[in-house]
Amino acid sequence: MITLLEARNIGKRFGGLQALSDVSLTIRKGEVYGLIGPNGAGKTTFFNVLTGAYTPDGGEFVFNGSLLPTGKPHKVVGRGIARTFQNIRLFRELTALENVMAGHHIRTKAGVWGVLTQNRFTREEERLTTERAYELLKYVGIERFADVVSKNLSYGDQRRLEIARALATEPQLLALDEPAAGMNATETGQLKLLIEQIRRDGITVMLIEHDVKLVMGLCDRVAVLDFGKKIAEDVPAVVQKNEAVIAAYLGGGKHAH
Amino acid sequence: MNELAAAVPWLGKRNPMAARWLILIIAIVAPFIAWQFGKSWVRILDFALLYMMLALGLNLVVGFAGLLDLGYIAFYAVGAYTFAFLASPHFDIHLPFWAILPLGAGFAALAGIMLGFPVLRLRGDYLAIVTLGFGEIVRIFMLNLNYPVNITNGPQGINMIDPINLFGWDLSRNIQVTENFSINSLFLYYYFFLLAVTGSIIFIQRLQISRVGRAWAAMRDDELAAKAIGINTRNMKLLAFSLGATFGGVSGCLFGAFQGFVSPESFSLMESIAVLTMVVFGGMGNIAGAVVGAFVLALLPEILRDVAVPLQQTLFGHVLLDPEVLRMLLLSLAMILMMLLRPAGMIPARARYCHDEHLINKLKQEAAK
Repeated sequence: MITLLEARNIGKRFGGLQALSDVSLTIRKGEVYGLIGPNGAGKTTFFNVLTGAYTPDGGEFVFNGSLLPTGKPHKVVGRGIARTFQNIRLFRELTALENVMAGHHIRTKAGVWGVLTQNRFTREEERLTTERAYELLKYVGIERFADVVSKNLSYGDQRRLEIARALATEPQLLALDEPAAGMNATETGQLKLLIEQIRRDGITVMLIEHDVKLVMGLCDRVAVLDFGKKIAEDVPAVVQKNEAVIAAYLGGGKHAH
Repeated sequence: MNELAAAVPWLGKRNPMAARWLILIIAIVAPFIAWQFGKSWVRILDFALLYMMLALGLNLVVGFAGLLDLGYIAFYAVGAYTFAFLASPHFDIHLPFWAILPLGAGFAALAGIMLGFPVLRLRGDYLAIVTLGFGEIVRIFMLNLNYPVNITNGPQGINMIDPINLFGWDLSRNIQVTENFSINSLFLYYYFFLLAVTGSIIFIQRLQISRVGRAWAAMRDDELAAKAIGINTRNMKLLAFSLGATFGGVSGCLFGAFQGFVSPESFSLMESIAVLTMVVFGGMGNIAGAVVGAFVLALLPEILRDVAVPLQQTLFGHVLLDPEVLRMLLLSLAMILMMLLRPAGMIPARARYCHDEHLINKLKQEAAK
């Protein structure tokens, strides 16, 4: 299997809190990789460091064979890593379609001059962006809400829209931060199908999730973080039986308070 | 012009084409109607058009990109003083209008970037305070740069600025058609400014419905998410500041030439706030709002001046409240009422950021099959 992303000894400290220490992991092309752990374990911090929202204090990411720039979100997206957020962050005043079109920003080029003159290149690019955005809405199953302002969408549809927007950046690695949070069983089931479809279409998925059933059913491999350290990494069935993991979740073991 | 046409009550939704023609006819006929009330009213309309351009530019920064700018009038000042320096006896330079206009716009854009860089990380109230300071700094510079070397002529301002001259056609001269019929220069300025405003509207509407406009809207709605989908927010902010400033600069050039005189007094904080009020009053974030807000709030104080003074004289025998005081009073009152009753402005239309309804309908039909 080809390695897509390799995290080497990532560290991140906030004041006196070591949010991540020496976290190393590898994600293979085409897999669904789960990142789990108790609340405050550093999962979202890892996402933020990976996608350039934070600069790591130590370590580096190798993506597709070359070093990933740190602290520059737009460059990370350009390299092919897209993310969603734990608490939904859509562009509230834009319609569903416009949200996805905005997501295509990094793969398009039109500048002020092209926009002003409305030359053929710009018009063609705009048409392609619209079509592609509509396709993506169809892909996640919310195309009938294309003209609806995103803040008026239902919760589950907002989550789907966020995934569509991330896909519009044409990523190789899609990082989902608790995509099933706040969803009911039906919605979670649909989400699982969607993620499986994304994987079939050749996009590697990394996901933070609390829903154990979803993680165990969906992920090829799972890493467990606890107090900023990786305590396990394996296929779900093995991780489930790992003593350190059980201790971390149940509050036993060496980290007990 | 689409958005403006759509904002026409009743007609706009049913027949946008007719609405567009209606706006055009009103815009063309307006000075003739104003002329019936006196020459000064045509002049007021000319100024209303300049304010429209300012409001459109500020709407781009505040409404589209979400960057609250309280020092916008500084760019107007940069444009006006550029024109004054390069086309007046002050330095005895008299460059042609078409050479100064791009320079004025360029300097204003440069000033926009100069303001943009230090405020990249600021948002909301903090941004407002810094931009407010910037506006005052520019004004105070204009006020004090007459010593030790006289550059701006200080509080006296610069006088006898050349009028707009379009390839040898002087706009400040009345055209004598027959012996007792002439076209007043105010009309010529009106139509020239109208052309400039129309151009601005088309340009800004194209920007709004484009990759750039969507990036601004994304940044305005959620900066973190905008970064996470790959928008370079630094460049987009600088672009918004500089493009917004360009409109201020062009408007300033036109103002300088039209007025024939510039002084720091015209660029006070109150003017910045007046332009912002126009944007908010009309409806932030949409072009029609900026145009209507500017039109109403530019005309209102003048109507007030005409009505309030005689009214007070007949009622009380003398003028109790100066129209200028009354203007601020009513403006504040209008804003308070607006915030309470219609917080989204007079025209609370949602701006569109993608076009091609045909294409979207086609895609929908294909999907339905």
